[in-house]
Amino acid sequence: MKDPSPYARELALFGTRTRRIRLAGAAVVLLALPFVATPFLLDLANQVLLASIGALALMLLTGFAGLISLGSAGLLAAGAYTVGVLVREIGAPFWVTLPAASAIGACLGLVFGLPSLRLRGLYLAISTLGLHFVVIYLGGEYEARETLSTGIMIDSPSLGGWTLSSGRAWYFVLLAFAALALLISVNLQRTRTGRAWRALRERDVVAGALGIDVQRFKLMAFVVSATMTAVAGALFAYFRNFVSIDAFSLYLTVQYVAMIIIGGMGSLAGAVLGAGFVILFPYVIEAIAGYLPERFGNTVFALDYAAFGAVMILFLLLEPAGLIGIWHRVKNAVVARRGASAS
Amino acid sequence: MSLQLLANVFVLAAIYALVSAGYVLVYRVSRVLNLAHGELMMVGAYFLVATTGLFAGNPLLALLLAAMCGLVMGIVVYAVLMRWMTGEAVLAAVLITIALGILLRGLTILVWTTQQFYPAAAFGWRNPPVAIAPGVRISAASLAMVFLTIVVYLALFVFLQFTRWGVRMRAAGQNPLLAEQRGIRLHGVYAFAWGLSTFTASLAGMLLALDSGVESTMATIGLKAFPAALVGGLDSLLGAAVGALIVAAAEIAAIEYVDPLLSDVVPFLVLLIILAIRPWGLFGSREQLDRV
Repeated sequence: MKDPSPYARELALFGTRTRRIRLAGAAVVLLALPFVATPFLLDLANQVLLASIGALALMLLTGFAGLISLGSAGLLAAGAYTVGVLVREIGAPFWVTLPAASAIGACLGLVFGLPSLRLRGLYLAISTLGLHFVVIYLGGEYEARETLSTGIMIDSPSLGGWTLSSGRAWYFVLLAFAALALLISVNLQRTRTGRAWRALRERDVVAGALGIDVQRFKLMAFVVSATMTAVAGALFAYFRNFVSIDAFSLYLTVQYVAMIIIGGMGSLAGAVLGAGFVILFPYVIEAIAGYLPERFGNTVFALDYAAFGAVMILFLLLEPAGLIGIWHRVKNAVVARRGASAS
Repeated sequence: MSLQLLANVFVLAAIYALVSAGYVLVYRVSRVLNLAHGELMMVGAYFLVATTGLFAGNPLLALLLAAMCGLVMGIVVYAVLMRWMTGEAVLAAVLITIALGILLRGLTILVWTTQQFYPAAAFGWRNPPVAIAPGVRISAASLAMVFLTIVVYLALFVFLQFTRWGVRMRAAGQNPLLAEQRGIRLHGVYAFAWGLSTFTASLAGMLLALDSGVESTMATIGLKAFPAALVGGLDSLLGAAVGALIVAAAEIAAIEYVDPLLSDVVPFLVLLIILAIRPWGLFGSREQLDRV
């Protein structure tokens, strides 16, 4: 392709040569990681990959389409419970449960999205919060009816004679899913849909005047985001071999919202960075708590809450552009200095 | 519905109404939805635990001091945190309050652990059931809660309607720009609204503490009171009272006749129904609503 038009250049996935080299480097590092990492590090990496899927989904909805949702935990729970119920009731294999989870996610996305046709901003956030409690109630009701005081156990997925249970195998599976989520997000972002979403985010009335089908693209944002989140929830169920409604509290929703804020609103790389930050944060706090007096060592989770709240506040007040914003600033400063020394 | 159930509805409605008054005060004056309200209520209850430790022999002093701490807490939250959010997007302000809630949750556990406290026992007070009608009994603290809620609502009505600061608050809520041009200091008014909001929430928290003790899960009640504020209309105090009655009646009825597990979800079901048919609430003003 000689002299591609600006639009074709924008559409090209791998862009320039530097970008291709960088991507190849990242791929090599990511593929080599499980062969050098300790089991603990591998587990951390798996958690980050899993969280990235949900964070990317929320970023599509909030960061790109500008639709606020406090429903992440509810949607993750829906995905995980679809797996749990299907495995428990009919012993369904993963190639049944995963599509089922994504179908449930899509339906719930439609339900979560319907209020967005009438409500905006704050009121939309509240309606998704309400739906969160409804989903959690349904899960709790199922647990209570089946008298499952400790949740549902789920066997590792297996195909033929091979079972997916080792951390390294999970790493490649989750990496594939996270990469797929990233690819879908990138593709949505740089095509017609993404542009429609960005127009919606700036001002939906104007978007409508420009000929964008506002209702269709709003619902689509919710459906895509919810489907991805529900699949992440289903993977979570298999990954942990266990589903319990206690795992899907409002705090989980806040964590996902924090991922996209801390990472940097409106950036896919930010969503992944934020997922890493939020997942690793408690481990850092735990390490720090080891050096604190005994009194704090006993209540690490409370220390974690307090520190997490404080960090979230600091980002909102001081760096609304998130980690990506910091990265861009550092990069610009370095480039500017280099330019100054060269001239 | 038996008389006892009706009494239970009124007690629960009193709790919700007292808590949701704080949501309404802050939203009406500064258009901020404070999702840390439940946690602030819990901190108010823990203030009572702290003052009880200091003045166990003098309950009145302990109660007054804790209530004052509740007032100051709101002003501090505004001055330290929310002041910087004026003019920012609505979402950012809400997220800050969510983060504040998590911070407070962590801090209260760090300071007071997850142990349950009974300030009433420390005062040597018992909480006997009171017969308000033949065969209808509610606890003394619950009765106090109902009375206090009525008193607080009357006081807030008089305050907003007739006093100088009340008029300033309404003016700031109606049109901040004009209010400022008339010489009203918005930051002062906002800070005062936050103080009043946490003051009323602390009263609710303290009475709940006297009734059944304080522990780290108390903040949930505050979140469940939020639908009451929204059902009535986020900027109407009368609405908050009516909304509290509706939500409480629905919740008690669901627990009694359908399924006790519904208790946590019914307020939010009522909220979803209201959002679907009348998003600005029963008594809320329609033009301010951020609607499509």
